[in-house]
Amino acid sequence: MSSPSLEEFQANALGTSTKIEDVFDAFEFLDDWEERYSYIIDLGKALPNFPDAQRKEENYVHGCQSQVWLIDRYDEASDTLYFLIDSDAIIVKGLAAIVLATLNAKSPSEIHKMDVEAIFERIDLMRHISATRGNGLRSMLELVKKSAATRLT
Amino acid sequence: MSTQRSVSELRQDFKILDQEINGKPLIYFDSAASTQKPEQVVEAMRAYYYNDNANVHRGAHTLGDRATSGFEGARDKVVHFLNAASRKEIIWTKGTTEAMNLVANGLAPRLNKGDEIIVSRMEHHANIVPWQMLAERIGAVVKVLDVSENGDILVEQLDTLITAKTKILACTHVSNVLGTIIPIKEIVARAKANNVITVIDGAQATPHFKVDVQALDCDFYAFSAHKIFGPTGIGVLYGKEALLEEMPPYQGGGEMIERVSFEGTTFNQLPYKFEAGTPPISQAVGVGAALDYLNSADRKAMEAHEQALLTQAIELSKGIPGMRLIGESSNKVAVMSFLIEGLHPSDIGTLLDQQGIGIRTGHHCAMPLMEYLGVPGTARASFAFYNTAEEVERLFEALAKIQRMFT
Repeated sequence: MSSPSLEEFQANALGTSTKIEDVFDAFEFLDDWEERYSYIIDLGKALPNFPDAQRKEENYVHGCQSQVWLIDRYDEASDTLYFLIDSDAIIVKGLAAIVLATLNAKSPSEIHKMDVEAIFERIDLMRHISATRGNGLRSMLELVKKSAATRLT
Repeated sequence: MSTQRSVSELRQDFKILDQEINGKPLIYFDSAASTQKPEQVVEAMRAYYYNDNANVHRGAHTLGDRATSGFEGARDKVVHFLNAASRKEIIWTKGTTEAMNLVANGLAPRLNKGDEIIVSRMEHHANIVPWQMLAERIGAVVKVLDVSENGDILVEQLDTLITAKTKILACTHVSNVLGTIIPIKEIVARAKANNVITVIDGAQATPHFKVDVQALDCDFYAFSAHKIFGPTGIGVLYGKEALLEEMPPYQGGGEMIERVSFEGTTFNQLPYKFEAGTPPISQAVGVGAALDYLNSADRKAMEAHEQALLTQAIELSKGIPGMRLIGESSNKVAVMSFLIEGLHPSDIGTLLDQQGIGIRTGHHCAMPLMEYLGVPGTARASFAFYNTAEEVERLFEALAKIQRMFT
């Protein structure tokens, strides 16, 4: 089962050229739920491709209403942790994009130090996007934190 | 008899429906998961706690008597509701799930290694897992009664499925996913002809139409109060007296005993043998009020109203390109499971909620049925008598809007 190359992980714009600040800035200009969700749908559609072969049980994120998969790759040379996430639900993919914009391509210690609750709060602030258990946002964030924790030196 | 109120008047008893969600009037289309409660039920429970609260069956005082009469009075109302032969046949449980576990446990002594339990493919997990656990314990075998493409049970299959080893048949009266009304009377007759005990899940049937357990002639029948406009935390197991007599207690403790000593304990008579510990008293009072509420209403008119909503929804579904109905039996309650091409059920649920509309999405605790249908889950809108034609119209306007958002 071939895991994606480091280059494939690095090609992900989320967390590198697209930062969470860009997402929040975009939200500022969106007035109603329809525009906000259309934006999240667009984020979801633009999520980098996830390798089919990696949609397997060990990468499956449990506790969501939709199917969610998450894989990671740690580059020791640059001390950077990369993630790819996928879902069969577009809105969940959009939420995954927000997670990646926040936490992708950072060092494990940076991720570890991040206040996840504050991130939830901020996402909740984007009116109508609640971090409920069902949409998997919480599970995704927890897995990212866990992945970082195991790489701490 | 006082004049019966019209179905549209009954909606006024459900104050919870009169609110906005995400800035839009709430439309509650998730009654198959749990129904809303009329104020008469909430008021009965409030009055119980304000005026009558005490433990039941043993207080040497007035409040104890009042609590007992409220609690046992509710049991009598259930006897009438199901047309059971006697109050000994009505056991209070936490809900349908506990009822199924109680029966599975109680029938264990009847089973031997290699015996068979038949379960339909459209069962809720509550009517699958207890039988799997029992089978595991005894070394029995669970066999599956199949479902047709449009969502009916293949009743004729029973002719080959039932063997001399078959001891139990567990089947739902109405599918929680498909809405199909199962011909339970016919299924029970086939089982009975082969001395097979029948256990019927009535959780989705009792909210929609009148059930007569003696006419069905089933051995066990269970339902949950919270699905028939009553409180959570309580349900009912009906069982034929002879079988309940024969079954061992499910849990031990107070209430369920006649005499306890370290030399040996004797158990209380029915129905108390199966009701260990202080029972859900206020909830039973709530059940009584819910049944009074249903009895005082015109159930035929409620049923007709729900059916009209379903017919309207099926008609409107034709206007949504790529919308596929899951479960198209000609005989079904007002439950509409569906998929829309290109949209995940969870996306549909999220975006309907933004428009004030609450539906259920996912596998509906019926994973084997989902697997058989080849879908990861469905979106499900379920209607109750308090819903309106205007709400159904708004559901489809909302779905059309969602579809536009994705293109």
